[in-house]
Amino acid sequence: MAEIKNYTMNFGPQHPAAHGVLRLVLELDGEVIERIDPHIGLLHRGTEKLAEHKTFLQSVPYMDRLDYVSMMCNEHAYVMAIEKLLGVDVPIRAQYIRVMFDEITRILNHLLWLGAHALDVGAMTVFLYCFREREDLMDCYEAVSGARLHSAYYRPGGVYRDLPDVMPQYEASKFRNQKEINKLNENRQGSLLDFIEYFTSHFPSKVDEYETLLTDNRIWKQRTVDIGVVTPERAAALGFTGPMLRGSGIAWDLRKKQPYDAYDLVDFDVPVGTNGDCYDRYLVRVEEMRQSNHIIKQCIGWLRKNPGPIITKNTKVAPPSREDMKVNMEDLIHHFKLFTEGMHVPAGEAYCAVEAPKGEFGIYLVSDGANKPYRLKIRAPGFAHLSAIDEMTRGHMIADLVAIIGTQDVVFGEIDR
Amino acid sequence: MNQVHQILVERLKSNLELTGDAVRYELGEVTLTLAALDLPASMILLRDTPDLKFNQLVDVCGVDYRDYPSKDRCSSRFAVVYHLLSIDLNHRVRVRVFCDDDEQPAVSSVVDIWPGANWFEREAFDLFGIVFDGHPDLRRLLTDYGFVGHPLRKDFPLSGHVEVRYDPIEKRVVYQPVTIEPREIVPRVIREDSYGDV
Repeated sequence: MAEIKNYTMNFGPQHPAAHGVLRLVLELDGEVIERIDPHIGLLHRGTEKLAEHKTFLQSVPYMDRLDYVSMMCNEHAYVMAIEKLLGVDVPIRAQYIRVMFDEITRILNHLLWLGAHALDVGAMTVFLYCFREREDLMDCYEAVSGARLHSAYYRPGGVYRDLPDVMPQYEASKFRNQKEINKLNENRQGSLLDFIEYFTSHFPSKVDEYETLLTDNRIWKQRTVDIGVVTPERAAALGFTGPMLRGSGIAWDLRKKQPYDAYDLVDFDVPVGTNGDCYDRYLVRVEEMRQSNHIIKQCIGWLRKNPGPIITKNTKVAPPSREDMKVNMEDLIHHFKLFTEGMHVPAGEAYCAVEAPKGEFGIYLVSDGANKPYRLKIRAPGFAHLSAIDEMTRGHMIADLVAIIGTQDVVFGEIDR
Repeated sequence: MNQVHQILVERLKSNLELTGDAVRYELGEVTLTLAALDLPASMILLRDTPDLKFNQLVDVCGVDYRDYPSKDRCSSRFAVVYHLLSIDLNHRVRVRVFCDDDEQPAVSSVVDIWPGANWFEREAFDLFGIVFDGHPDLRRLLTDYGFVGHPLRKDFPLSGHVEVRYDPIEKRVVYQPVTIEPREIVPRVIREDSYGDV
């Protein structure tokens, strides 16, 4: 028999299964992976350096662009770190709005993950189903912030503005007649909360639809069961967080264990896997979508009953109202100083972490008392997960590598920063 | 300081034999400042002591304190900051180690203690030039192939030193010195007296 030696192969950075700009140098023995050397940094923009040269408020939009499928969760960690250093209190209504949008973001992220993961593994339909629901949630983003993706909605001390009373509607065009438009606008007649409530009442049946396509699907199970198994001890030692850790059987969720904002006021369960393989992580994420839906429902109920302020009254941190600004000299000065010089954050350091859809997203902020951060470190969950890809794929086939990249839910905006 | 943190600080002091100044409690977070020499032994203690049990290394990052105004907080230019988490006991601690040498900063690697430190240390090496002794594979991680310098150091300009463009004559991408002028839109201001009430 001919002697076959190990060979090296390049994977990516333009490979469609590489989820962006991942370049892997694979060392193969036939089709079996011996070693992987990931080359990252192709999307490195130097966010941490840029933030040192921008005022605290100017860096909020950068946070959207880190993990660009879970935008508001990134902002959440950043504004929480500033709030911690400033010592400002966030109004309870803003906390509920943030929790609601964090969960909307989680569903958005998991839908994209599910669609892309299934597509990589060979199931086309799931992708189309998932994007149908994503569209509604992005309309929620647009309704509150004006942007579908990069919302920049959270602010130190609260959120940018209150939830709108009217949901934007489709308008007639030469592509759609009035009858079609009326049908599209059917669930957009009330406020944003009505629209989200309509979504939450229908979403569980949509999750059932995805599950009928995948959960008992023989091909799906053959591709994911016992692939990329990580033991609980190993998962903790490798720095895994979020669904990657819970899939291995550790019930660790920052929303439960170290609750922030209004998470201690809402009820939800933390799903946990048993085997630590790709299939368990799939089940965990699907259940998380159902739990997020449950949290959103509770937030809608609370937000309907409790109007109130949505950002702190402290005018050194948040701008004064437009009316006050027009009649009050001091408020005008505050507004001007806030948007030119920016807020001054007391010297010190803070680490704030949120349970982002991918895991623990942390911001370590060092301030020297200036109007800009002295040092901003972004702790991205995907970074720790991807660093373990070598260990997870050793001995697997190339086709399994694609499933493992999918299960890690890598997004290069946050890994490369 | 609440009771949970009080207990944690006591445990840290007794297990690591630290004096009062090495443990700080600020904004609900506990920070240890360790000497570079003690780092490996202390980290093993932090991981293995049953009532500390920091089984997860959440984050490692470098900090360049060159321009930091209050010098009493930083004994030398470079520091490595570790964020540890105990999943079993649900507490966190921050460990800061100052590198003794400002010209060639180095600390011991903790990859043997937490394997997850691998890429975090590579990143700190890449961005700050901090050498981690004992790291199995200390290569650059985030910057370009053939990159020169350590971009997150305070003496590295925001625009960098080189830019790339396509050269139609040579028919390839070429590197050249940056052509953009350094500019600062909002100056960095530190208010001396406590400006405002925050």
